[in-house]
Amino acid sequence: MTKLERPKRQLLRPQSPGHRRWLRFRKNRRGYWSLVIFTAIFIVSLFAEVLSNDKPFLILYQGKPYFPLLVSYPETTFGGDFATETDYSDPYFMELMTTQGGHAFFPPNRHSFDTINRKIDGPVPSPPTWDNLLGTDDRGRDVLARLLYGFRLSVLFGFALTLVGTLVGIVAGAIQGYFGGRTDLFFQRFIEIWGSMPELYLLIIFSSIFQPSILLLLILLSLFSWMGLSDYVRAEFLKGRNMDYVKAAKALGVGNITIMYRHLLPNGLTPVITFLPFRISSAILALTSLDFLGLGVPPSTPSLGELLAQGKANIDAWWLSLSTFMVLVGSLILLIFIGEALREAFDPRKS
Amino acid sequence: MEATTTSKNSNSNGAPILSVRGLKVYFPISSGKFFVPPIPLKAVDDVSFDLYSGEALGVVGESGCGKSTLGRGVLQLIEPTAGEVVWQGHHLEGLGPKQMILYRRDLQIIFQDPLASLNPRMTIGDIIAEPLTVHYPELSKDERKQRVAKIMEEVGLLPQMINRYPHEFSGGQCQRIGVARAMILRPKLIVCDEPVSALDVSIQAQIINLIQDLQQSFGLSLIFISHDLSIVRHISHRIMVLYLGNVMEIADKLSLYDEPKHPYTKALISAVPIPDPEQEKNKQRIVLEGDLPSPLSPPTGCVFRTRCPIAQPLCAKEKPPLVDAGAKHQVACHFWDADIR
Repeated sequence: MTKLERPKRQLLRPQSPGHRRWLRFRKNRRGYWSLVIFTAIFIVSLFAEVLSNDKPFLILYQGKPYFPLLVSYPETTFGGDFATETDYSDPYFMELMTTQGGHAFFPPNRHSFDTINRKIDGPVPSPPTWDNLLGTDDRGRDVLARLLYGFRLSVLFGFALTLVGTLVGIVAGAIQGYFGGRTDLFFQRFIEIWGSMPELYLLIIFSSIFQPSILLLLILLSLFSWMGLSDYVRAEFLKGRNMDYVKAAKALGVGNITIMYRHLLPNGLTPVITFLPFRISSAILALTSLDFLGLGVPPSTPSLGELLAQGKANIDAWWLSLSTFMVLVGSLILLIFIGEALREAFDPRKS
Repeated sequence: MEATTTSKNSNSNGAPILSVRGLKVYFPISSGKFFVPPIPLKAVDDVSFDLYSGEALGVVGESGCGKSTLGRGVLQLIEPTAGEVVWQGHHLEGLGPKQMILYRRDLQIIFQDPLASLNPRMTIGDIIAEPLTVHYPELSKDERKQRVAKIMEEVGLLPQMINRYPHEFSGGQCQRIGVARAMILRPKLIVCDEPVSALDVSIQAQIINLIQDLQQSFGLSLIFISHDLSIVRHISHRIMVLYLGNVMEIADKLSLYDEPKHPYTKALISAVPIPDPEQEKNKQRIVLEGDLPSPLSPPTGCVFRTRCPIAQPLCAKEKPPLVDAGAKHQVACHFWDADIR
């Protein structure tokens, strides 16, 4: 057996166009590592409750485990005096529990996003200390905790808005492009009218009528976020419906929906996928700027925009604006690197 | 490469399997002005023909003469403007997609560009199996796979290629995949829309012979569209000559090649190169003057008169009807039997 006799297995395996694109994406080191880092940070932020909280995630009390993150225990459980919910930051109570054979395991950062640190002696916002690694905001809440929770919220919101916008955009663009003609004409006019609505005004009006909430914001932004994408999908479908393989499918009697789903959509997804990271980053930015203006999430929700607004109000508290800025810029840059690599991987001239 | 199938030609007795009467396909072209109605582009204008079971009808003509539109109009892939398409006694024109699906399994098409007619994101196994999923959804995965493997062997593809993607195949192989997809339902009629004009000459012969073999072993009817007269001659029993969406001549292959009656057919046949330098040198070539007129404003009367070497004043006034000019030979010319030089 010499080495020459063995052909490489990889060469023999059939490669789908999607697989080849993934290989090309991986070749772009910057984009690939951006994806890895971004995913890692996002997954870490999903466990924010365990990483940054004012409650211990595990208490061993007299040999039995307790999970304060999941269950709310009254103080009497741990030998305290009151039947109200335990305050784990109360030093007197903690000492009492320890003497009775209890041991509490705290997260690395002992503040939740809405914990007000009462141990600070001095004005808030207070600069970074060992207790508050990135300082506190103007209400004495830990900036690191708020950044962690705020980042998670922003990214989740970005994902949700992108998902809804993309789905609506694909459906709208697909209907326009596939049926063409009069359907297309009316739809385009509708989009023109819809697109000329002043989005920000509507947001201001709605936020004055309804109780502001993440869901309301998501619905309002979704109403407008699909339009840019539907144009691209429409163009892809207009192009695709004249391809021979679509005509062949029609000659076989394949139904319209199946043709769209099986033949046109997979081949028309290029703009959708290459735009995804950019759409997520612009969704994050939209949420941040609305929060900055005070039109976004309800107060006390951790958000990057609100932190930026605080940084602007307290311009000398550099730890507010600088740390928020770093998180925001870092995540947006990662997303844009991913987007660039994706765009390169989907470039038809390279396949 | 003379056909050996003339004997099969005789099964034209009985009712035709497909008869097309007065088929018109017009495309509205916007006039570009307000209040001016769109101008119809007459891609296919009043074409009638019959096709018998097991017969191969060649359709020839210059590019832009409506050959492909005719094929697609017959299959109702383009909705005809007028005319009848009768398939085994059933009218196909005006059928909705739901009713049409019953006939789709009998009527198939092979496209010109082999690679473009295959979805680049599907494996060829899925591509060939797609007709089965539409028409026989009750088949199990294994049965479907077996049928795909069987048809792949029939068209000369290795069954182990089943999981590959179209871009991994050569043009000839892609066209075999296209043939397999068209054949898997065992259709009765296949419209071959220039199936070999995108291929190398050496591959052309393979594909043509494959189509011909399949046609003979399954008794298929073919509408074979091509601009290559020697290929049409090889595969067809009868030949229809189109010019600007109009039928110029329909005749049996031998009769058309040996005694073309229409001046256009004569010119076309004289342009076919003969693979013999001596004969080629002495051949009398009829060169047509001018270009194909715009189908937006076809000439009055006979559409061919602007380039016809024997055109007369009558040709501008009256459109010549398709008249019998011998056994199974029809021609649309006022002066087909006149001796005008």
